[in-house]
Parts: sequence; C-alpha cells; structure tokens
Amino acid sequence: MKRSNLTLWLAASLVYIFLYIPLIIVVVYSFNDSRLNAEWVGFTLDWYYKLFQNEEMLLAARNSLIIAVSASLLATTLGTMAGLAIHRFRLKFLPVLAFTPVAMPEILLGVSLLLFFLQVLNLTLGMFSIIIAHATFCIGFVAIIVRARLQGMDESIFEAARDLGATPWQTFRLITLPLILPAVVAGALMSFTLSIDDFVITFFTKGVGEPILPIQIYTMIKIAVTPEVNAISTLLMLLTLVLIILANRLDAGMLQGDKKS
Amino acid sequence: MALLELRNVTRRFGDFTAVDCVNLSIEAGELFTLLGPSGCGKTTLLRMIAGFDVPDSGQILLDGKDIANTPPEKRPIHTVFQSYALFPHMTVADNVAFPLKMSGKAPDEIKKRVEQALAEVQLSRFAHRFPHELSGGQKQRVAFARGLINRPRLLLMDEPLGALDAKLREDMQRELINLQKEVGITFVFVTHSQDEALALSQRIAVMNQGRVEQIGEPSVIYGQPANRFIADFIGKINLMEAQVTQVSGQDMTLEADKLGTTTLPLKQGVNVGDKGVIAIRPEQISVHAPDKQAELPHAHSGKVLDFLYVGDVTTYIVELDCGIHMEALLANSAPGRARFFEVGDPVIVSWTREAAQFLLN
Repeated sequence: MKRSNLTLWLAASLVYIFLYIPLIIVVVYSFNDSRLNAEWVGFTLDWYYKLFQNEEMLLAARNSLIIAVSASLLATTLGTMAGLAIHRFRLKFLPVLAFTPVAMPEILLGVSLLLFFLQVLNLTLGMFSIIIAHATFCIGFVAIIVRARLQGMDESIFEAARDLGATPWQTFRLITLPLILPAVVAGALMSFTLSIDDFVITFFTKGVGEPILPIQIYTMIKIAVTPEVNAISTLLMLLTLVLIILANRLDAGMLQGDKKS
Repeated sequence: MALLELRNVTRRFGDFTAVDCVNLSIEAGELFTLLGPSGCGKTTLLRMIAGFDVPDSGQILLDGKDIANTPPEKRPIHTVFQSYALFPHMTVADNVAFPLKMSGKAPDEIKKRVEQALAEVQLSRFAHRFPHELSGGQKQRVAFARGLINRPRLLLMDEPLGALDAKLREDMQRELINLQKEVGITFVFVTHSQDEALALSQRIAVMNQGRVEQIGEPSVIYGQPANRFIADFIGKINLMEAQVTQVSGQDMTLEADKLGTTTLPLKQGVNVGDKGVIAIRPEQISVHAPDKQAELPHAHSGKVLDFLYVGDVTTYIVELDCGIHMEALLANSAPGRARFFEVGDPVIVSWTREAAQFLLN
C-alpha cells in the first residue's frame, strides 16, 4: 500500500517536472544577467526594462490585448447563447456544430478561415479578421462550460420563474444569468487566454501590417532566443496562469462558494 | 360557473397519448387532487394547467375564458414544484418577494407582505437565509409562501409532500388544510400517493392511461370505486373473479371461480353474463373462531396462513378451504389482545352483503 503510493507519487512528480522544467528555465533565464541562455551569471531586471523600451513589442502587446478582449467578449456572448440553446433544445447536431471548432486541428481552421475571409467575404486581413477567427474557436469552449453548468441545475427553477410571473427575458436576466454567471466568466477568461497566445490561426488570418504578440515573439527568436523573449514569455505565462486559476475557481461551482458567503 | 374547467383536453407525444380527452371542473375554494400511478398523465395535465405545455386539442377555461395558449406568466395560477424550485441565489425573503416584484408592486407593500407571509409560515427568523441552509420542511413552507403571496386563483402542487419523511408529512398535511381554509385559494394537488389524496382532498379525480376514471369525494372513491383499476389502486382490497348468472328483483347471483355462488344486491347496468370481480375491503371482513358458522352471512371456513402485526391493527391472511387467499384487517383495540389468532388456527371469515361489491372488468 505504502509502496505503491510512493511509486505513484514518483511517477506524478516526474510528469510534472517534465511539464514544468522548460517553463521554469524560461522564467529563470529572463532574470539572467547574460545575453546567452547558457549559464547563470547573476540577477537582473534589464531584460524587462529593455522589453518596455521596445516600441514594436509594446504595440504587438497592445494589439494582442485588444484582440483577446474583443474576441473573448464576442465568443462569450455567442458561446453562452449556444450553450443555452444546446441545453434547452437537446438537438443532437447542435453540440457537434458548436464543439467541432474546439477539436479541429488549428492549422485546418486557419486555412479555412483564411480562404473564407479572402474568397467569400473579400475582407482585408487585419485586426478585425483575427478577432472573428479567435472568436470562432473560443465559442465552443464557452458553450461547453455554460452547458456543463446548466446540466447540473434543476430545470423547474426556470419554469418556477415563468410560473410566478416573469417574462422569458426577466427569467433570463434575474434567474438564468445569475446562476450561470460563474461559467460565463470562466468561459470569458478561458477565451482570453486562448486568444492572447494563439499563434497558428493568428498567423493565417493576420495579413500584413499590425504586429501581434505571438507572431512578434516568433520573429524575434528566428535569430536567437534572447533573454528579452524570455522576459515577454514570463509575463505572458504569468497572465495566463492567473486567468486559468481564476477560471478554474469560478467554474468549480458557485453553490459551494455561496455557502461560505 | 366552475373556476377551472377542462374540456376534451388531449395531449399526444408522438404515438403516445399522455392525456386523453379529459373533462374536469374544479370549483372555487376546493381542495382537488389528480391521483394516479406514474405515467398516467397527471403531471402532463398539471403542466398544461400551469402553462408549461399546450394541449393538442380541447379547452382549458379559467373563469370561462380559454387560457390554453396563454403563457404561464400571464395566468393567475401558481405552482409548488416537487423539488420546490426555490431560486438558489436568492434569500428566503427574495424568493417570497419574487411574484410581487414581477407584478410590479411597490417596494413598501412588498416588504410588508413578505414579512406577513413569512410570519404565517413561521419562517420570519429565516428571511435572510439561502435555500440550501433550510431543512426540507422549511423549503416546503417557503415554496408555499412564494406560491400564495400574490394570491393566485389556483395553486397547483406537484407531489407536494413527496420529499418529506412520514412524520413531517402528516404535520404538513394538517398545516396545508388549515392554510387553505385561511387563504381560501383553490388548491389542486397532483400525487401518486393514495394516502395523501384521501387525507388532503375534498374531491379526487383518479387517472389511468391518460383518462379520468372516476371523480368523487375520497369516501366515494374508496367506498364505491367505479371499476377494478380504482379498487385495486386505492387501498387494499380482496378481488375474486366472478360472472353474473342470474338477475332477479333486488338481487343478482354471481358465480365466482372457486368461491361458488354468491348473491349480492343488484347493481344498476349489470346484465346476465357480465364478467368482473367481487371486491371486499380487508377491514370489512370479520374473522371468527370456527364454532359460530351457523349465524354468519357469507361465511367461509379456512385457516390463518400468516399475519402482520403493525401496532394498531393486524392483517391476517386466511386461506379458505376452496384455496382462495383473503386479507382481513382487525383492529387491536381490545386491551391485552394484541393478537386474536395464530398461524394455522382454523377460522371462519365472513362479510355482509353490503361490504361486497361487484365491479365490471
């Protein structure tokens, strides 16, 4: 018993080490006082300072933030609606339709979106096309989270609201939305993290012009992995981590959270 | 005019007819129950009265106006759900205030009426609690208070006491009846529990396979069931297959499978050759020691096969000499006599002419 426990711990530790060592190295070297990612020389914040002097990088970061916020707002609205519809109408093809972009290889989605924008919509690629593209693959995630939350709920609550005099809109605003809000927010945070570091789909739909953060980072390491890249990666990691933790805590269920308050 | 009238209400789901041409009328101030086994269509009927479902044909008249296509929020009919369906993110007070807010009452009035409603169900102390902090009985009372506060014409209750334990259920039954007397609102219960139906209602509609089989007062439903299904569904009853062989004057002669020939008072509409069952309630059967046979009507000898002692009464299962098993219920009210007979004792069972009924198949 004890022994198998130990083995399990060991195996788990190895998996986590394997997963996190590369990330830890990036973080460590972002504070390394050397141009080379070879040996530890000393602690410095120079690379972060340099990063914030880099106009191009700041512009890319700003663009990425705008895209992530817009795409996640759009995806959250549409994804919540999709989640509600999937739950309410129980049509077999609806979930498949909403969830397919989630499972689709990104490269496929990137190519098809590019063709769609250029050939069908005749759109000039840029921020707008990236926002639409990002929202497309985020909708499914939001729908999955919202639907999962609805599945655990007593259906008669919504009927009770109608029964006691609430119109469908009042029922949504006063009962449904407050109850699914944790899932909606979790979906929004999830979409944000997916959007801000997306490379493949962004690459296909960005066109020329505006610099976008993940692409910008890729361009920088074409020459060499500079500590500056480590620094921006660390910041991006930190942001993602915070949002993931937040999304997780919200989605863990509001009812338990309610009990404490 | 009846408060609520259902005319030929029918609802189908694909090939399945859930509610089949139901006609009902419920008077104002009544305690009415829709009773039936699960799948009999009672819940579908309730959902159509509440407005969650629409009949395929037929009319639902409230005060003479057809409301079959009126959305639930526009009907002066409120529902207490089996799961109570309290809003989990609102306090008890906010839950109870909800119907008043929806009908646009002034905040002052809402506050006053919520306080009053919570006082009536002894929940004033719990006004600021959330539903998950309440016991089953308390949730139940919140659901009632919420259903009644905006004074609907009709309060529907789906298995209102189903989720409560036996002791609490009895208390709530009394509370409910008193509550109804105070507020004077018409209550319609839906239940599969015959005990609940008999205890709570002024009138019962027994449903089976989408149809209403009988409507009447509890004592009529229990005492004079219209057919075999109702007799079997409500309470315990001894049933023996029989056929009418002769009709003469006030009497009809029946030939029962093993029991032999029996004469019962003539029932209207019964003809020679009709098949059905002789039905006798266990408490209508008396059990005697074997020395009294001569004076008893409809007496048959047998022996005690088994008994079940439950305190106030004992149920005896008697095997008659002809092979039929009958249940008899004896009250244990005589002091010091918890048990009259032992297993294997020879006994005489008998019943009066009036106790036995002939029900057509």
